[in-house]
Amino acid sequence: MQIFPRSSNAIARASLALVVLAVGGLGWVVLELERTPYITNAGVRKAQPVPFSHEHHVTGLGIDCRYCHTSVETSSFAGIPPTKTCINCHQQIWTNAAYLEPVRESYRTGHSLEWTRVNQLPDFVYFNHSIHINKGVGCNTCHGPIDHMPLTYQYASLQMEFCLDCHRNTEKYLRPRDQVFNMRYEPPVDDPLGKNAVAFNGKNYNNQIELGNALKEAYQVRSVKDITSCNTCHR
Amino acid sequence: MSIDEHKTKPAAAPAAAKSDVCPTKRKQLDLATVREQIEDTTGPEYWRSLEELAGSEEFQEMLHREFPKGASEWLDGFSRRGFLKTMGASLALAGLTGCTRMPNTEIVPYVRQPENVIPGRPKFYATSHTLGGYASPVLVESHLFRPTKIEGNPQHPASLGGTDVYAQASILDLYDPDRAQDITYLGDVRSWNAFISAISGPMMAEKSLAGGGVRILTQTVSSPTLAAQIRDYLAANPQAKWHVYEPINRDNVVEGAKLAFGEPVETRYDLSKADVIVSLDADFLYAGFPGSTRYTRDFAARRNPDANMNRLYVIESTPSSTGMKADHRLPIRAADILDFASNLHISLTAEIDSNTKFVSALVKDLQSHKGSSLIIAGDHQPPPVHALAHFINQELGNVGKTVFYSEPIDANPVNRAESLKALVDDMHAGKVDVLLILSGNPAYDAPAELELASLLKSPSVATKIYLGSHRNETAELCQWHVPEAHYLESWSDARAYDGTVSIIQPLIEPLYNGKSAHEIIAVLAGDSAATGHDLVQAYWQKQHTGADFDTFWRKSLHDGWVEGTTYAPKQAIAKGVGNENTPRSTTMMTITSPSRIAGTELNFRRDPSIYDGRFSNNGWLQELPKPLTKLTWDNPIMIGPAMAERLKLNFKDVAELEFNGKKVKGAVWIQAGHPDNSITVFLGYGRTRAGRVGSGAGFDVYPLRTSQAPWFADGAKLTATGETYNLASTQGYQTMETPDGSERPLVQERSLAEYKKEPNFAKKGEPRPDLTLYPGFDYSKEAYSWGMAIDLNSCVGCNNCIIACQSENNIAVVGREQTLKGRHMHWLRVDTYYNGPRENPKGFFQPLPCMQCENAPCELVCPVQATLHSSEGLNDMVYNRCVGTRYCSNNCPYKVRRFNFLLFQDWETPQFKLMRNPDVTVRSRGVMEKCTYCVQRISEARIDTETATVREGKEIKIGDDLQTACQQSCPANAIVFGNLNDPNSQVNKWKAQSRNYSLLGELNTRPRTTYLAEVRNPNPELEGS
Repeated sequence: MQIFPRSSNAIARASLALVVLAVGGLGWVVLELERTPYITNAGVRKAQPVPFSHEHHVTGLGIDCRYCHTSVETSSFAGIPPTKTCINCHQQIWTNAAYLEPVRESYRTGHSLEWTRVNQLPDFVYFNHSIHINKGVGCNTCHGPIDHMPLTYQYASLQMEFCLDCHRNTEKYLRPRDQVFNMRYEPPVDDPLGKNAVAFNGKNYNNQIELGNALKEAYQVRSVKDITSCNTCHR
Repeated sequence: MSIDEHKTKPAAAPAAAKSDVCPTKRKQLDLATVREQIEDTTGPEYWRSLEELAGSEEFQEMLHREFPKGASEWLDGFSRRGFLKTMGASLALAGLTGCTRMPNTEIVPYVRQPENVIPGRPKFYATSHTLGGYASPVLVESHLFRPTKIEGNPQHPASLGGTDVYAQASILDLYDPDRAQDITYLGDVRSWNAFISAISGPMMAEKSLAGGGVRILTQTVSSPTLAAQIRDYLAANPQAKWHVYEPINRDNVVEGAKLAFGEPVETRYDLSKADVIVSLDADFLYAGFPGSTRYTRDFAARRNPDANMNRLYVIESTPSSTGMKADHRLPIRAADILDFASNLHISLTAEIDSNTKFVSALVKDLQSHKGSSLIIAGDHQPPPVHALAHFINQELGNVGKTVFYSEPIDANPVNRAESLKALVDDMHAGKVDVLLILSGNPAYDAPAELELASLLKSPSVATKIYLGSHRNETAELCQWHVPEAHYLESWSDARAYDGTVSIIQPLIEPLYNGKSAHEIIAVLAGDSAATGHDLVQAYWQKQHTGADFDTFWRKSLHDGWVEGTTYAPKQAIAKGVGNENTPRSTTMMTITSPSRIAGTELNFRRDPSIYDGRFSNNGWLQELPKPLTKLTWDNPIMIGPAMAERLKLNFKDVAELEFNGKKVKGAVWIQAGHPDNSITVFLGYGRTRAGRVGSGAGFDVYPLRTSQAPWFADGAKLTATGETYNLASTQGYQTMETPDGSERPLVQERSLAEYKKEPNFAKKGEPRPDLTLYPGFDYSKEAYSWGMAIDLNSCVGCNNCIIACQSENNIAVVGREQTLKGRHMHWLRVDTYYNGPRENPKGFFQPLPCMQCENAPCELVCPVQATLHSSEGLNDMVYNRCVGTRYCSNNCPYKVRRFNFLLFQDWETPQFKLMRNPDVTVRSRGVMEKCTYCVQRISEARIDTETATVREGKEIKIGDDLQTACQQSCPANAIVFGNLNDPNSQVNKWKAQSRNYSLLGELNTRPRTTYLAEVRNPNPELEGS
C-alpha cells in the first residue's frame, strides 16, 4: 500500500532545493546583517559630553581640519584637540553657553573631556592617517560629509571590504594633495565641456581614472599587491 | 575521545610511550650510554643535550614532534564529560562571536597638550639602569609618557646601542603589580607626612648624640649625588655610620687591587686591542659583569676570521656562555684557578717551562702578544688571583694598552662582608637606634652566620626603616616600609664602568608614590621638602663650573651622560712583584698536581636570569632560558657527568646538599663541561616574599653561604634522596631534524686554518637556486625585500635578543607548568649546541627567529590563509584570521611557531596595559604567533620614508637604520637586518661572505634568515690535544 502519492516525489525534490535555498538565504541574511549599522555603527550618532558640531565649525566658520586634528599629517593618529584648543576661541565667544560647561570645567579643573570614539577600528587593525593624507586620500573619502554633520557619526562601514575596495582600486579615489582637506572637492566627471575638471601638474583632467593614475605615479603609490599584503594593516 | 593528536609520528612510537601522555614520566637517561656514544662517536656530531647524545627514546620523540609530548593535550584535570559540555556550548556559540558589536570606547585628549608631543609617535629619553652600582645607559621608548621599551644608548661608550638582559627586562619591574604601593608602619598604611613626623623625633634625639645611633645600610652606591648627600649627613653627624652590603659584590676585586697596588682601583679593559684574552673564571661576556655590554661589542668585532681574529682562553669552574665562546676552555675547580694563575705567572716571568701543555702553549701565545694580550680575573676568584692577573698584565706590558686603571666608581669601596659584620656587631651591642636600609634585601641574602633576619626580628633596634620596591623578606621585619620609586620614576645619577656619569631621569610619575634614596636621606638631614630632581640638579650645579648651567643640564639629560666625567686612566704600578706579598709565586704548582682541595667543592654563582634574587618577581627573566642549561623558573644543583655517574644521580633526581652542617634539597642538573668533584648552585631562588611570580620558585642557597666562603668552598656533600623533580628546561624542545641522508650539521664550524683552506665549507649541500617547478615571485621590482643574517661567530649567547623580542612584541609569560609542557612563547630562541667530549665540549649558540622562508612550508598548509607571503618577502602572520589548527607549526622544520594554548596574555591587570607596545596586536587564546621581522617597525619606517618622499619631492628609502628589536639590543652586533634589494645594504654584504649558509637549506625552504658559520681560532700548538 502506498502511503505517499507519486506527486510527493516532486515535493521531496523541491524540498531539497528549498533547503539549499533556505540555508543559502540564511547565510545571506547573516552576511547582510553583519553589514548593517547595528554591527558597523555606521551612521550612528553616539552620545558625547558636548554636542560638538562639525557642520558649524567647518562649514559655518571655515576652520581647517588641521586646526584641531594637528597630527593628521605626521602621525597614525589624527589627534583630538586638547581642551585648550576649544578654549582659545571659547574664552571669547559663547562664554556662558550652558552646553559648553563641560569644556570650561575641564579647563578649570584639569580633567580631560572624555569623548566617545566615533570611528573605531578593531585592535588588530593599524590604520595610519599620515600616509593616506600624504598620498592624496581626502578626509571625506572615508569620513563622508563631515562638514555637514551637526553631530558626528561614522560614515563608512570601516569593514575590511571598505578598506580593500580602495586599496585595490586606488585610482578611483585619489585626489591632488592640495585638495585633501577641501570638503567641497568633487572628482572630475566625464564631460566634454570640461565642467568640473581637476587640474594637476598643469594638466586638466576630465576623468577620475586618468587623474587617479597620474596621481598614483606622481605620489608613488605602491602596487595593489603591495598594499593588499596582510602586513599593510595587520601586525 | 582523545583530544586529537593531529599528527602521526613518522616512526612507530614505542608502545610504552603510548600511555605516557605526561612528559613528566620520562625514561631515565643512561649516562653510561652517553659515554659510550662519545667514545664510539656514533652519536650526533653536534648535540643539544646529554639526552640527545645518548640517543634516548625520549629525545627521538621530541625530535618528531612539533610540541613536546603533552603540549597539545588537555592535562588540567578536566573530565571527558566536562570537556564535551564546554565544547558543545562553545560550538553552539562559535558562530556568534563574529556578530559581537564593538564596545564604545573613549578618547581622552589632553587639557593642555605639552609641546612637541605627537600622539601616536613615541619619544625616546636617555637614562640609565643600574646593577651593582654600575650604570647601563639606555634609551627608553615612551608612548604618551608611558615607558614601553628599553634600548641601548648608541652614543654612550658603555653601550654603543647594546643592552643587557637586566636593563631590557627592568621595564616589567616598573609595572609589576606586586610592588609595594603604600608607606606602611607595622603593616598599616601611613602618609608620607606621617612618616616624616614619626621619624623626626628619633632623628632629633640622634642629633644630640652626633648621630651615634644612626646606621645607613645601602647597596653599592656609584651615584655622586647620593654619596655626597650621605657624606654631608655623616659630616653633620660624625657618629653615624654608613654600611654597604650587596650579596654579589666585588670584594675580591677590591682586595686584589689593594694586594697589587696598595689601593682600590677600577680595572677596565679594551678588548678591541686584545689579540689573546685569558679569562680566569671571568664571565665577562654575560650581563652582570661590569662593562660586559661594551666588552661584548669589542670582543665580537674581533671575531671576524677575515681580519685579525682574537683568541680566547677560558679557565673556568662553572660552564658559562663566555667559556663556550672560548677557543680553548679548561674546566677546573674554582680553588685550582689560583694555582693555575700562579703557575702561569711563574712560567711567564721565570721563563720556566711549565709541565703542562696547556700552560706552556698559553705562555708562548702570551709572550708573542706582549701589549696586545689580556688577563681577566673573575669576581668570585680570591684576591690573590686578581693580584696575579694585575702582575701578569703588567709583565706583558698590557697596562695602558688593553688594561686601564682608574678611580673606583664605587663611592664607598669598603669590604662588604666586613661592613655588614660591623653593623651586626653594633646591633648586638645595642648601639643602633635607627637603622635605615636603602633597598637591597639583606634579611634574605646576608651571609648565613650573621643571622641578620632573626636580629632584625628581635627588638634590638628601636626604629627600622626600609626603602624597597616590594614588601619582601626585609620589609616584613622593619617597622617602616617606604615604597621605592623605580629608576624610571625617579631622579638620580650613576657611573658606568668607565666612570662616566649618567643622569637618571624619570619617564613617568611614580605609579605608587614611591620615594628615592635621595629623598629619604634628605628627610634624615631635615630637608623633607626636597625632591629628587632638586637634589640631583643642586649637586650638579655645584659641580658645574661653566656659566651656562641650563645648557649643560639639558645636554647631559639629552645625551644620557655628563661630559668630562669619564675617569682618566691613572698610573698604577703593581708593587708586589717579587716580594713576599706575591701570592704563591714561590711555589711551583701545576694543575696536574693533586688539587688543593680534597673533598667536593661547592660554588655559589649569581643566577644568569634573576641575579641575586632581586629580579625574582620578573616573569620575563624567570622564564628566560638560562644560557647552556636553558632552565627556566628554577635553580639546579649543577654537577659534571662523571660525578653524576659516580653518585648514581640523574636528571630530575632530587639530591640533598650538605655544607657547613646545613642542608638544602634541589634537583640535579648534569652539565657537560662542568669540572668533576665540584657542585655549582645559583643564588636568588627560594624567595618566600618575592611576589606572585617569584615566591616559591627554586630553593634558597643563601643559608649555606657564609662570609668566609662567599663564592666557593671545600667540603660539600651530595646525596641522592630518591625523590624526583622536573626542571623546566627548554633545551630539548623545538629540536630540529636534519633530513634523512643529509650530512649538514645545523651549526657549521671550522677552525681558522681550515676556513682559510676552504672558505665555502658551509655552503656544501645547499640546493641550486633554480631548483623549483614554480616560477618565483620577482622581488627585483619591489622597493624592498627583507632579509636577515646572523653571525654565529659574534653571538655570545647573552640572551638579550630574547628579552628584547619579548618586550617589543608583547609576548606572554606562561609559567613553569606550561613551560614544562613546552608551551613557552618566545618567538626567538637561542639554541645551544655542543660538540666534543662531555667533560669539555665546545659550545655553540644559534639565535633562531622565524626564517621567513621563501618556500615557506607553513603557508601551504594553512586552511584559512592566515599565514601568507607579502610582496616584500615576509611570511606574514594574520592573527585575526588564525583559527588555531596548528598545521603551520606542524609543518615548520625550524619549529619557530608558537601557539597560545591558553589565554597566556594578561588582559586584566591594568599596569600591563600601560606597558604593552601599542603597535603590536596582543594575541589571545587559540592563535598561532611567530616572529615577523618586527613588521611594525618596517611599516612605521616605510610610512615615514614614503610621506617624506612625497612631501619633499625626492626619493627617500629605508636604509640600514631600520633595525629589528633583536638586532638593536644585540651587544655583539651579531644580527643584521635589511633590504636585500639594496646592493649596498649591510645584510647583503654579510650574505655575500663565504661563511654564509642556510640552515636546513637542503630542504629548499630558501630561508631569508641565513647564518654566518662559526670559525674558531685555536692555538695550533693545542690543536687536537
